Amino acid sequence: MTGAAGPEAREQAERTWASPGASPGGPDRDRPLTPIQRLVARFGRGLVIATPYGWLLLFFLLPFIIVLKISFAEFRLGVPPYTPLVTWLEGGYLHLKLALGNYLFLLDDPLYITAYLTSLKVALVSTVIALLIGYPMAYAIARSTPPWRSVFLLLVILPFWTSFLIRVYAWIGILKNNGLINNALMALGVIDEPLPLLNTEVSLYVGIVYSYLPFMVLPLYATLEKLDVSLLEAAADLGSRPFKTFLTVTLPLSLPGIVAGSMLVFIPAVGEFVIPDLLGGADTLMIGKVLWSEFFSNRDWPVASAVAIAMLVFLVVPIVIFQHHQQQHADRTEAG
Amino acid sequence: MQRRSPFLIATLAFGFAFLYGPILLLILYSFNESRLVTVWGGFSTKWYAELFRDEQILDAALVSLRVGVFSATIATVLGTLSALMMVRFGRFRGRLLFTGMITAPLVMPEVITGLSLLLLFVALETAIGWPAGRGVDTITIAHTTFCMAYVTVVVRARLAGLDRSVEEAAMDLGARPLKAFLVITLPMLMPALVSGWLLGFTLSLDDLVIASFVAGPSSTTLPMVVFSSVRLGISPKINALATLLVILATVTILIAAWILWRQERERDRAVSQALAEDKGRHATGRRA
Amino acid sequence: MIDTVVPQGPAARPEGSRPGAMQRRAEAPPIIDIQDVVKTFGDFVAVDHVSLTIREGELFALLGGSGCGKTTLLRMLAGFEQPTAGRILIGGQDMTRTAPYDRPVNMMFQSYALFPHMTVEANVAFGLRQDGRLPRARIRERVREMLDLVQLAPFAKRKPHHLSGGQRQRVALARSLAKHPKVLLLDEPLAALDKKLREETQLELVCIQERVGTTFVVVTHDQEEAMTMADRVAIMDTGRIVQVDTPHALYEYPNTRFVAEFFGTVNLFQGVLVEDEPDHVLIRSDALARPVYVGHGISAREAATVWVALRPEKIAISKQAPDTPHNWDSGIVEDIVYLGGISTFHVRMDGGALARVTMQNLERMAAPEITWDDRVYLSWRHDNIVVVTS
Repeated sequence: MTGAAGPEAREQAERTWASPGASPGGPDRDRPLTPIQRLVARFGRGLVIATPYGWLLLFFLLPFIIVLKISFAEFRLGVPPYTPLVTWLEGGYLHLKLALGNYLFLLDDPLYITAYLTSLKVALVSTVIALLIGYPMAYAIARSTPPWRSVFLLLVILPFWTSFLIRVYAWIGILKNNGLINNALMALGVIDEPLPLLNTEVSLYVGIVYSYLPFMVLPLYATLEKLDVSLLEAAADLGSRPFKTFLTVTLPLSLPGIVAGSMLVFIPAVGEFVIPDLLGGADTLMIGKVLWSEFFSNRDWPVASAVAIAMLVFLVVPIVIFQHHQQQHADRTEAG
Repeated sequence: MQRRSPFLIATLAFGFAFLYGPILLLILYSFNESRLVTVWGGFSTKWYAELFRDEQILDAALVSLRVGVFSATIATVLGTLSALMMVRFGRFRGRLLFTGMITAPLVMPEVITGLSLLLLFVALETAIGWPAGRGVDTITIAHTTFCMAYVTVVVRARLAGLDRSVEEAAMDLGARPLKAFLVITLPMLMPALVSGWLLGFTLSLDDLVIASFVAGPSSTTLPMVVFSSVRLGISPKINALATLLVILATVTILIAAWILWRQERERDRAVSQALAEDKGRHATGRRA
Repeated sequence: MIDTVVPQGPAARPEGSRPGAMQRRAEAPPIIDIQDVVKTFGDFVAVDHVSLTIREGELFALLGGSGCGKTTLLRMLAGFEQPTAGRILIGGQDMTRTAPYDRPVNMMFQSYALFPHMTVEANVAFGLRQDGRLPRARIRERVREMLDLVQLAPFAKRKPHHLSGGQRQRVALARSLAKHPKVLLLDEPLAALDKKLREETQLELVCIQERVGTTFVVVTHDQEEAMTMADRVAIMDTGRIVQVDTPHALYEYPNTRFVAEFFGTVNLFQGVLVEDEPDHVLIRSDALARPVYVGHGISAREAATVWVALRPEKIAISKQAPDTPHNWDSGIVEDIVYLGGISTFHVRMDGGALARVTMQNLERMAAPEITWDDRVYLSWRHDNIVVVTS
């Protein structure tokens, strides 16, 4: 085959294949566009941005502004059950009235301060326990052989897909006075009368750790799985003992997973309502439960809003850490 | 296990026992004849029969299904658009604010989200008369908002992993950007869209707190019914319901896992076959 | 014996296979005309005032290291990047701002970019279907033809991930040729293949190019690949084109030290022009004991700094001193590398520089044995020297 056949063959092919009406040898720039194509070409990018952006502005950001606004209003009987911030006075003057009373009330009543501190403490302790259980689990899964790894991972994810409420409910049957544990212990003769397990701090921690454990294990697994085993071998080769290697290589490299997992447990746990309500005792008052009863029992919307804003203030730092971490992670994967 | 450390095996055993023990007990006691949860009174399916006679639970289940399907679907559309923006659009005005708004719902305490959305709906109703009252619509909107954050995470990861040049190839071959997206990108994103949808559906089906805030008197979701009956004490009927939900989730996941596993095996087989055929081609001499 | 063997360069192109093809292409009209194109990303200048003409039917290679701008240039031809300045003409029409889907060029991607959810057949047919004007029967016929061309007809119904790497590469080729593009752009087309398959595929690509006659523009970082495949090669460095010529000319007459070093191996000696006549020049180098006599004139001022470039295979090595006044030097053998077909001697010259000399092993066996620490004499012909001024 020589090059001589080339151009001729091509010309012939062009004659055969070029569609009728196409400008000779030129691109189909004159191909007519449908109205939709024209719309997309012109506004496509804008439309894609505007839809989710608009949704979040309306249903995520605006609600917070309203909560902020109402937290400065005063409670009243009526619909809506709060006073307006801005009123038109006679003569067209605008009157803005910020009631700081709700926040002063929060500071004044030890109930709220205690609830906030208890929430932070419970969330912190639960996060640490979840980390202590979740880290070895994630490590074991990451180091297992492929078929087992998928099975273990599936087992971690599976509770995710089953009802959270029902998983919490399951513990009532286990922990209550005539529940499984107490019955078993009494049958074995270890104790004579039931241990108070339900509605204590113990049951609260059990519930939170149990519910949030998968959130801890998954990000940890994701970082540990990417960890190059040859790094550990290199450390061992250079004379580092396994535990030392763990402390100096594995642990620092899995820090992103630790941060992500801890934030995924800590932040929602602070505001948790269902678990303290079903498993926690009357004396462990958590802020989520306070907000709930302020809203549903007392019907005091302004105070509930102030409680929410105060809770957000506590959570701003961890949320920013979490977002920063998420962004870094996304940038890395998107760049790679 | 590559390293059969007894400590690691023990942790796994303990961890999974901790995760699954309560669920298994729940399933076991759903077949208990006795009303007392802790006393075994013989095998019985009577609680299932009673469950299916409970109109309140059945109605609530229908409401939950409707909310779940709608919010998962809308969230999948919005989440896909968000992921597209974040991975493909580079810098746009207000990107930082958007990133904040799309990741915050992942960790935001539910009581705050629920309260803020309720206050929004009330304010909107006062201002423009919409939404008139609260019910399935408001729950759907609320669930869509937090589900779309999860969908975005799932789709974004998949989109970032896609080879950009596949789309470029489509455009190079004459497809306009919208067509390239619909014909090439979207099918490649399909696994992420499916898992995003399922995740959204599950989260919606599971939510108690947000729904409690934004639900109206006429619309009660399944978790709300379960919650109020649990508060009154243990009911074997709830055990039966829990068992059904657990089985549903398990079967769905197992089917998905099985399909993935089979596809992978088939692909491995086909590739090794192709390699063998390739070798044959070179061995028999090149015809070029 | 010094002058008896003039070893050939590593050029492996089957030169005899296309009689007259080169001359005809030299007269062929330009299909791509790149006019003073600049592309910057922020502060980074990826492509820096590049002008280039590619003729119809050519197999043209853009060669350079990573980050030299060759891929950016290719992507501007495809329409995925827009030049910051300058114009790009394809087939005589200004297409600087034309969208990729409106250009009569197609691209074969480094990753192949096959549509994973479509069969091989559907992948190849994709471009033909975009028009919406081609009858189905014609599309089927053309797909068949393309699959025959790349010998993949039995795999038409397979999905891409059910194929081997080499088969995927051929699907990508068939897909990008199906629309009869005026120009086919190939981005590192063989980088993903293993070495043996790559060498076979290089010649296969050349054969297919000759059969279809389409202009090919290949981006590669592999000097041997460019030599094997291309009619002409443009060597790029930090966004600029350094030299454009046939592989033979690039190897024999590099215009800069960069080209000489990038395109093959070379011994470079810095020197000063001491005698500049129309028919010869004399260069004195600190590294060499005797002046270098070059048998042709050079366009440089007297006393200018120049570099003498000597290819390793153009230096003869012997244990006997030549009796000429120029163009030889002596040194000690420091190392010998046996490479099967040839051996490379690393000789420490008396002036301190290290020279590399290759010898065919056939010849080495016939000659008196040279071994480590031997004193040897290196000599070269006056017409085998390249002098570069920058």
